[in-house]
Amino acid sequence: MGRKAKFDETKKVKKGPGRKARKQQDPIFKKELLENDETKKLSHRQKQRAARRAKKKAELTEKRKALKQAKKNVAKQNEVVLKEASDDESGDENIQGFTDDNKEWLKPKQKIKNNVKEMSDQDSDSGHDEGSGSDNDEDLPKTGSSPEKYKVGTLDDLFQDSDMENGDVTSEDEGADSSLKMSYNSDSDEEEGKSDEDDDDGDDDMLPIEKANIKLKKKQKLEKKLADDEMQLNISKQDVFAFPTEEELQNPTSLQDVHQRIKDVVTVLSDFNRLKQEGRSRCEYTDLLLKDLCMYYSYNEFLMEVLMQIFPVQELVEFLEASEVARPVTIRTNSLKTRRRDLAQALINRGVNLDPVGKWSKVGLVVYSSTVPIGATPEYLAGHYILQGASSFLPVMALAPQENERILDMCAAPGGKASHIAAIMKNTGALFANDANKERTKAIVGNFHRLGVVNAVICNYDGRQFPDVIKGFDRVLLDAPCTGTGVIAKDPSVKTTKDQKDIQRCFNLQRQLLLAAIDCCNAKSSTGGYIVYSTCSILPEENEWVINYALKRRNVKLVPTGLDFGTEGFMKYRHHRFHPSLKLTRRFYPHTHNMDGFFVAKLKKFSNVIPEPVKDDDDEEAETTEVSGDQPNGNVESDVDSQQSEKKSVGVKRPATSTETEPQKKKNKAPTQKSTPTSSTVPTAVSSNNQIKKKKRKNKKNKPNANDGNKVPQTEQVQIGSINEKSDIKSPNINIQDKNNKQKNINDTGNKNSTETTLKSHTPLNDKLSNNSTALVVNKNVSLNPNQKNKNKKNKNKSSNGSSKSVAVVNKNELKITEKVEVNASRKLKKKLKKKNKQIGQISGKQGISRPEGKQNGINKKNKKIKSK
Amino acid sequence: MKVLSEERTRILFEKLTKYIGVNVKLLIDRPDGTYCFREKKDRVYYISERLLQLAQTVKPDHLISAGTCFGKFTKTNKFRLHITALNYIAPYASYKIWVKPSAEQQFLYGHHVIKSGLGRITENTPKHQGVVIYTMSDIPIGFGVAARNTMECRHADPLATIAFHQADIGEYIRSEETLT
Repeated sequence: MGRKAKFDETKKVKKGPGRKARKQQDPIFKKELLENDETKKLSHRQKQRAARRAKKKAELTEKRKALKQAKKNVAKQNEVVLKEASDDESGDENIQGFTDDNKEWLKPKQKIKNNVKEMSDQDSDSGHDEGSGSDNDEDLPKTGSSPEKYKVGTLDDLFQDSDMENGDVTSEDEGADSSLKMSYNSDSDEEEGKSDEDDDDGDDDMLPIEKANIKLKKKQKLEKKLADDEMQLNISKQDVFAFPTEEELQNPTSLQDVHQRIKDVVTVLSDFNRLKQEGRSRCEYTDLLLKDLCMYYSYNEFLMEVLMQIFPVQELVEFLEASEVARPVTIRTNSLKTRRRDLAQALINRGVNLDPVGKWSKVGLVVYSSTVPIGATPEYLAGHYILQGASSFLPVMALAPQENERILDMCAAPGGKASHIAAIMKNTGALFANDANKERTKAIVGNFHRLGVVNAVICNYDGRQFPDVIKGFDRVLLDAPCTGTGVIAKDPSVKTTKDQKDIQRCFNLQRQLLLAAIDCCNAKSSTGGYIVYSTCSILPEENEWVINYALKRRNVKLVPTGLDFGTEGFMKYRHHRFHPSLKLTRRFYPHTHNMDGFFVAKLKKFSNVIPEPVKDDDDEEAETTEVSGDQPNGNVESDVDSQQSEKKSVGVKRPATSTETEPQKKKNKAPTQKSTPTSSTVPTAVSSNNQIKKKKRKNKKNKPNANDGNKVPQTEQVQIGSINEKSDIKSPNINIQDKNNKQKNINDTGNKNSTETTLKSHTPLNDKLSNNSTALVVNKNVSLNPNQKNKNKKNKNKSSNGSSKSVAVVNKNELKITEKVEVNASRKLKKKLKKKNKQIGQISGKQGISRPEGKQNGINKKNKKIKSK
Repeated sequence: MKVLSEERTRILFEKLTKYIGVNVKLLIDRPDGTYCFREKKDRVYYISERLLQLAQTVKPDHLISAGTCFGKFTKTNKFRLHITALNYIAPYASYKIWVKPSAEQQFLYGHHVIKSGLGRITENTPKHQGVVIYTMSDIPIGFGVAARNTMECRHADPLATIAFHQADIGEYIRSEETLT
């Protein structure tokens, strides 16, 4: 072949020096030159500062000269006056000046100078520890004023001219310096640098150069301090954020200004007490921030408000920023067809730049850049991988499917998570992939066939109906449809289109789906019984609240998700107080985890029994009180009262949402069953629900009798049941008259129940009502001392249902009470009443807020009326 | 989900035999449970008995797919194999064609395999034999029918068609709607 000669003009000209070419070395500059360069590098600020410093110095030197002269003149004249006036100061002097070794040379004549000097000493001392700048300031006026008092007018002018703080310090110090020059007293100055006592002798021996060194150091310190002061002044001036005026707000200039303002407001809010403008409340700042954020990131105000409630401002801005940027593309290796390493190799050969997604996943790869369309490579088409967000791995990892299980993915389209499940199961068992949208199921079909999933049944049901189709799954994955607030980067339309209704619609659907998912799951599965709930939303309404709802209505509990990262779920959000176990759920944010906003919760179903559904929040509220009311030997009605009050006082932690009742219910389930053997067949969470079947009702009615009226809470259930029977169901807000009727019914039925065994005859309504008012008191009078009467009255006001309940129980008690029972009851009552007394204050405050039912209030009013009679 | 009629079963198996020969019986006699062919809306699904039982709980209207779709019967009662069957055909295929990397993309867009793109071919491939197409890295990317036998291939000119395109994995993207 030989070397090809290139004669055309495309011939390359050699770049750079040849191998043998001589290279000139880098020039070597003299040290001085280099240094000069460095000094020139002063920044604009520094230059300004230097100039100012120089100016100040010049001023000071002038002042010093004037001062010196003045001192010389005045000190001699006023010596006597000074001695008298500076008694208090001379006290200090005595301590410092005369106890020292320098007594010998301390002459009475120099007292003034010393005085001044020592003050300056103190100043410079305090200057040394730079934290105590404030001390310095406090001291300074004194020192400044003390000479002022005694000196001539000319001096005064001088001091006034200088800005009190810095000028004084320096002038004094300079004065000290000058005195150092003049006299031997410089020792006292030098002592400041070192300790007072030890080095005195050494000072005498000091070389002139050492002295000069010390002097220089002092000067440097002083300069530094000055610079610091200046700096602080600058900072404090800069940081004040001026609240924009109305005009400014109405005519926004540019987005950059808005952005700057956002930053400013965030800093102000981060240290509000220090940085706020006088007369501006935090609300004003947050409102401004809200508006600015809405404008800058183009959200609607509703969503922004919601987000502000979730995040602190600093984090909010981070979140919004992160939501603007798309997350990195991630792919999931299909372990049915290939291994990650092979896939990575194949893709790298195609010019794809990728990396493993993290230690937490063995199948994920992050794609940084690619020369080929990553969604159309032959590997993709052959089903070796699927494009899937990193966050989508999480619910499947939490689900942890096992081989040969039967698993349901309720909202499967487009089949990413479902195929992941199939891959983990290695195509064994059975996978049901359901989606409500028929069009989208085609994507599932495509993906499943491409990925080689053969164990799947793809169906198209509304998820809420799925329990009617097939149940008994070992695991259920519910990746519920949501508002998508976690994936704003993917779909920016979320920013502007969502409002309260959308969220409400979403979480209603999610609740129903979750209940359906739980129903589909088989608690008795040997390997499973797990439900994983996930959304790509970050709103607690769609996440924690939904879980909390399900916790209450189904026999499920939260278990750890098995994901070792992510932030814990909220236990409280605004006025909501969720079940404490909600901290086992996991949240993922775009700004902290660099994946889509996501929520994952793993539930374990521990019983296939479906607790009786609870109708609405009010009923639930009642239910908590009831259920909490049953104690094995529940006493008289006041028990219930006290329990109620206790509950309410607990309500400080968990106010009146539908959500807070769950934990108590769970805990109390067991006792109810124990205490009522007849009700063992009845689902545990029986309560004041309107859908209880009649049989069950009867059961419950019998309960009190069986227990000889010990089961107070049950009576309430009965009453409500009876209300239903008479189809008296009414909205909570009924007027008092309705209440009267109702209560009559209640009382009647209550009595019926009791009379089945006790044969107590009916009393007319009036009697009943009076009974209501006095029953408690009367009953307790039998057993208790009169002291408790008052307390009981108080209780009655609180407890509406209690009074009606009381009738029933009282009747029984009247017949059946033996002395023993009486004693027991009285003891317990006392205890309860004590508790109650403490809690009354809280309760009365609570009632209005936490109990929206007009029922109670109405009855309370009634009771009051009756009492007044 | 209904059992295939006698005739359709015959047509189906004839078709499958074209690609995987005697291995067809391996599809029926499997060590990991019994598998069967079921028909739904003219489409044929290959599904394990166990899964079939579960799938039968789903109402036909709501059942989209179960197991693996092999293909569909046309109106003229011929069986057309879909690309989704590749999962089962590829491992059992008796005659294969490998295409060069440069020709992969062409095939994935639905073109025939031409001589210039031919990488390797199974010995003794007869004419009109059903073949599975592989990339050089042994990824099955579709199937077709051999246009020439192996001997003819050797002497064919570069632009001559070696295998007729029938299905390729590009269809997962191109015609996702009609896969099943």
